[in-house]
Amino acid sequence: MNEMRDAATQTSERANAVETTYREAVREAIRDALRRDDRVFLMGEDVGRYGGCYAVSKGLLAEFGPERIRDTPLSESGFTGAGIGAAMAGMRPIVELMTVNFSLLALDQILNSAATIRHMSGNQFGVPLVIRMATGAGRQLAAQHSHSLEGWYAHIPGIKVLAPATVEDARGMLWTALQDPDPVLIFENVMLYNMTGGLAAAAGPVEIDKAAVRRMGDDITLITYGGSLWKTLAAAEALQGDAINAEVIDLRSLRPLDNDTILASVRKTRRALIVDEGWRSGSLAAEVCARIVEGAFFELDAPIGRVCSEEVPIPYARHLEEAAIPQTSKIVAAVKAIFGKAR
Amino acid sequence: MTDGLVDFTMPSLGSDMEAGTLVEWLVRPRDKVKRGDIVAVVETQKGAIEIEVFEDGEIAEILVEPGQKVPVGTPLARVRKGVPASAAAEAVAAAAAPPPPRAPAPEPKVVAPRRKEGRVLASPAARELARSLGVDLAKIEGSGPGGAIVRADIVGRATAPEEKKPIGLDLAAMREAISAAMARSKREIPHYYLQHQIDVTPSEEWLARTNAGRQPADRLLFAVVAMKAVALALKRFPQFNGFWREGKFEPAAAVHVGLAIAIRGGGLAAPALHDVDRLSLDELMTRLRDLVPRMRAGRIRGSEMADATITVSSLGERGVEALFGVIYPPQVALVGFGTIVRRPWLTENEVRARSVVTITLAADHRVSDGHAGALFLDEIGKLVQEPEKL
Repeated sequence: MNEMRDAATQTSERANAVETTYREAVREAIRDALRRDDRVFLMGEDVGRYGGCYAVSKGLLAEFGPERIRDTPLSESGFTGAGIGAAMAGMRPIVELMTVNFSLLALDQILNSAATIRHMSGNQFGVPLVIRMATGAGRQLAAQHSHSLEGWYAHIPGIKVLAPATVEDARGMLWTALQDPDPVLIFENVMLYNMTGGLAAAAGPVEIDKAAVRRMGDDITLITYGGSLWKTLAAAEALQGDAINAEVIDLRSLRPLDNDTILASVRKTRRALIVDEGWRSGSLAAEVCARIVEGAFFELDAPIGRVCSEEVPIPYARHLEEAAIPQTSKIVAAVKAIFGKAR
Repeated sequence: MTDGLVDFTMPSLGSDMEAGTLVEWLVRPRDKVKRGDIVAVVETQKGAIEIEVFEDGEIAEILVEPGQKVPVGTPLARVRKGVPASAAAEAVAAAAAPPPPRAPAPEPKVVAPRRKEGRVLASPAARELARSLGVDLAKIEGSGPGGAIVRADIVGRATAPEEKKPIGLDLAAMREAISAAMARSKREIPHYYLQHQIDVTPSEEWLARTNAGRQPADRLLFAVVAMKAVALALKRFPQFNGFWREGKFEPAAAVHVGLAIAIRGGGLAAPALHDVDRLSLDELMTRLRDLVPRMRAGRIRGSEMADATITVSSLGERGVEALFGVIYPPQVALVGFGTIVRRPWLTENEVRARSVVTITLAADHRVSDGHAGALFLDEIGKLVQEPEKL
């Protein structure tokens, strides 16, 4: 986690920045949306009296009341469906699914209803719904509670999938997502909630359809998103010592993917490595890889690399869990291999 | 590379050189060498060039036999560094001592044609580049993962196998090299031209006085006055001294003047006289007398071919009044001196017969503008008129 703090420190050096956590930035985004639009409400398991399982919505019940901060029964399919209905009827619901692990119980609602209704109704109905959920491993929550399935959701036409990795994006993506006429899923990596960073006092909505170049470089493009961004940036710094100047792209939006930013960078550096906490086979990393080959094959000077999670149920033991998911050292080694260098 | 051994590689003797033929070794294994010693003769498109070693030590191993043509960067021999010149027996002890600092890693190697089974491993970008340059990938050793050829292995090292050629100047090859360099120059360099006429009668008179008591072999020529004047003017106008590389100007710290030398039969080369700004006219003359015949005989040192920072072209006695040069890339300027002619000239309100020379400047407009060029030419003109101060 040191690399996260370092990166956060750099961000905080900006003028007029207020030191804030990712958790506080998400909470501020929800509070702002609730204030600006009375159609907006938050619902989910434990979001009210308990304050959210990651304490994101702490204090919101007292501020906005039970009509707008709604605790739900343990029935993801039920309350996600309720959110879809409310959105179709003109509300702007924020549904919190606690974690991606439990979102599987709402998958039918998301895939078969939310993503398809505009199509099935001949454009008579849309679902302007935002679904937030935590994702990722790293907290020793074992195999059933450590999934990174955002890549699965990015497979589905009809929805947008966002992965805020910075406090600015945690603060800014929600409002823009609520303005979208179709469902938007926001994945918040569990390892980021405690990360601190500088947030401009006037921080507000950000655009959600462009990737961001988080570090400029000429020798290789490292493409990542969410919790892996900070590990990747740390790897890029470490590689500087080997005279490898890496460019780092934060995808931000996993669906749609910002092809232009990815391809422009790879055409410049001629090499690419994708860092994705999802399992390797059929991963979002595989999709990015395919798009690079389709769009920049003749520009490539080396095979495209991937650093993904090992294809095992995520272990409980800390050292095994760490070994199973992308780490800075793995990224450094994979980049060196692309350059034909020994570890 | 083992401890203390460094590769002695085929040098690049000019920006357009891709490969050279090793003609002759002037050393043998176990010979002691010191930095600057001429150890081999290499045949290039510009003729046979004597190449220097850059390490003190002992020749450990000869890697390339006479007659072999190898690309720039190919190791020709191994030199064991720092062997005391006196005692061969100490070589053993030296080898056992802690290794001296390693030399910079050699450029990615290009090897003799590989007769490899199956396909050559190369990245798509490398293949694309090789196709555009007409490079045969089978002759390139890859530095990428799994030995694959990557772009960097190809850039600037296109090679093609050629028939063995006789030693000495090859005018056809030289014509090819001139054609490539001059076409590149006119394609890439936005030239501008200026000319300036100078009364050099005082300079001629000074030369006549100075040479009066000298043997023909010691006499000074106007060419050295011209070169020294250019070199000194460059100290004030450094934007004409250096190289245009990768989209920007790199000023050169030293002034190495490339002197255009016509070769009988139709060749042209511009080997460098080093540090012209710091040499006296006599020293310059000695260097010039050494250089010109060596160039015409096709025996020239590598460093002389590669590192001129500006070119001076002087037409001598049998030329015309003015020449407008084509800059030798990656240099950024060329100063031309026409033939000195006798002309009616207005001095102190009287028309008199005077010796007049036309000095011209061809310069790279990416680096300098006409105003600076005019001041530079004017400075050269002033310096030429007072050779006693050079």
